[in-house]
Amino acid sequence: MRTTKSARAAQYVALLAYLAFLAFPFLWLISTAFKPAKELGSLDPTWIPENPTLQNFRQAFDEQPLLQAGLNSLIVALSAALVAVVIATPMAYVMARHRNRLSKAATGWVVVSQAFPFVLIIIPLFLILKNLHLINALPGLIMVYVVWSLPFALWMLVGYVRAVPTELEEAAAVDGASKLRTFVSVVAPLLAPGIVATAMFAFITAWNEFFFALVLLKTPEKQTLPVILNRFIGTEGVADLGPLAAAAFLATIPSLVIFAIIQKRITGGMFAGAVKS
Amino acid sequence: MRTSKCLAAAAASLALLLSGCTGDAPDKDGKVTLQFQSLAWQAESVEVNKELVKEWNAAHPDVQVKYIQGSWDSVHDQLLTSFEGGEAPDIIHDASDDLADFAYGGYLADLSELIPARLKSDIPQNSWDTTTFDQGIYGVPFLQEPRVIMANAKWLKESGVRIPTPDKPWTWGEFRRITKELSGDGKYGVAWPLKEPVSATLNLSLSAGGQLFHREPDGKVDIRFEEGDGVVPGTIHDQVNTDHSASSTTLGMGGSDTLPGFFGGKYAMVPLGFSYRQQIVQQAPDGFEWQVLPAPAGADGLTQGVSPQTLSISQDTEHKKEAMEFIDFLLQPDNMVRLAKGDWMLPTGTEALKAPALHAEKDGWATGTALASHLTSAPAQSVRGYPEWKDKVATPALQEYYSGAIDAAELEKRIVKDGNLVLKRYQR
Repeated sequence: MRTTKSARAAQYVALLAYLAFLAFPFLWLISTAFKPAKELGSLDPTWIPENPTLQNFRQAFDEQPLLQAGLNSLIVALSAALVAVVIATPMAYVMARHRNRLSKAATGWVVVSQAFPFVLIIIPLFLILKNLHLINALPGLIMVYVVWSLPFALWMLVGYVRAVPTELEEAAAVDGASKLRTFVSVVAPLLAPGIVATAMFAFITAWNEFFFALVLLKTPEKQTLPVILNRFIGTEGVADLGPLAAAAFLATIPSLVIFAIIQKRITGGMFAGAVKS
Repeated sequence: MRTSKCLAAAAASLALLLSGCTGDAPDKDGKVTLQFQSLAWQAESVEVNKELVKEWNAAHPDVQVKYIQGSWDSVHDQLLTSFEGGEAPDIIHDASDDLADFAYGGYLADLSELIPARLKSDIPQNSWDTTTFDQGIYGVPFLQEPRVIMANAKWLKESGVRIPTPDKPWTWGEFRRITKELSGDGKYGVAWPLKEPVSATLNLSLSAGGQLFHREPDGKVDIRFEEGDGVVPGTIHDQVNTDHSASSTTLGMGGSDTLPGFFGGKYAMVPLGFSYRQQIVQQAPDGFEWQVLPAPAGADGLTQGVSPQTLSISQDTEHKKEAMEFIDFLLQPDNMVRLAKGDWMLPTGTEALKAPALHAEKDGWATGTALASHLTSAPAQSVRGYPEWKDKVATPALQEYYSGAIDAAELEKRIVKDGNLVLKRYQR
């Protein structure tokens, strides 16, 4: 069944429309970041600023410690992603390969834990971290993000592990490899796309998270970007739009760069043809 | 074995990587250090707050204040968590409508015995009422803003309508008639930004004598919809749905969202908080003439409910006296003027209100200052269960009423009947 030319054209149009829909907020953010205050209040806004300015960026850097906050966010998000992946990968392997009552219960718990709202867990969490002297400390926030992203990370990785043919592990066993060796040398490399996708998820979750960071970090030198960005917003949601857009634009760059670097890794079909079925 | 060594090494490396990020060590030199969480957000306001902290610290080496930047967004949840965790700041900046739960919950110190006589007499009783719960005072109200009408001065002048002043304001009926007169050809006399319709409606309703919340002798609160309660909602409803003198599209907007239409000559007037002047000054196109008008008056004149910004002291702090001394310093008349100007709001202090800078005609300061004596506590804010009533009952009911989806009888039924059911649960 071949796709006709008109159907292919319609597909591309739909794809372009979807792309424009996805890109719209980001393009608008860039446009806003370079507009002077008077253009922001215009009844007929333009895509291209009529009098582009860097004033919003200057103001954003003058008013808030954006670089320090960016560094904090990077430390927190990278650490949370790393730890989440290190913990979730072997757990996912066990849950996927050893299907017994315990793994079923664990899977059920993972699903249930997704339903807990922030406000329900924040006070007990705060008390635990206080006892560990981890309030106003980045390691405390990293722990929270790891715990917060772990269930979904686990859920994602279990799916990837199940997609790895067991015949490969059996072949390794026939060659005399231990369970650990099989996992490290055979399974883990095949899980690379899943691990990268999971790491991305954990990174972006931690990079964007606001409420835990607001509650757990007090001093400006420890605070992360979402908390600092929020300072451009005042009572009744009134925002200092220009500097907010400039700072938000800068805040999206690291995640875009990281995504661009590792997106090649998120490719399927790595084990296509590995075994004959 | 080798693997476990590797894991231990990785954990140690991570700990080392993060070792520079741990919390503050406690003071060991006997010096008192107070944490002051400020919610100031506009650049000028943050600067003034930091300057004042610096001045205090220079003059009081034994009582140092550490400035902590808070955020208006999620402040209630953030404070609640800090209180529960015993890590709340010593001095807390908030708004009076957010204090009731903290005051009743025992998280805030009763300041009745701590407030110096100068400060107590400087701030009018109307303002103290906004932070008084069960006879105790749980915050010092220091900045407030009336709702005013930002008007396109040229448009109003050319139309020949009478320009209202604080001495001779419009009545609600006159306001409705004038907005109708100004409308037509796709233009509107007024744009009501009512994304959050409850506080605007209740606060303005006080001018018409609308109380809605009535405290009974047994201390319980009953919601009753009386004649005065219908004036403001009725005016807005009729402007949108009968006269078409108010844009229906702005009903779901926040204040800032209406400004482009205001600058573009689509709306002659926009009722907004007094501090929105800062945005108008920043964003208005060159040559745009605007002015600040008082909100319309009703049976009770220009009376308006407000929720002032407040400074409170945590119940847990061991240094309540020092914390109050800092608040007293922060709210000296000159300092209060600096804070008010930084936030484009009005100070509550009577001495500060005398400052010439706050009586300038430029940017509408004089009009706002003339309204200060009419500002009073909104009766709703001390009512337990008000936030739930607001979110679950009043907000959807008012939004539907203003858009014309329900009539006045249905609005009254939902506000009163459903509202009292909510309050009942809090008053058992």
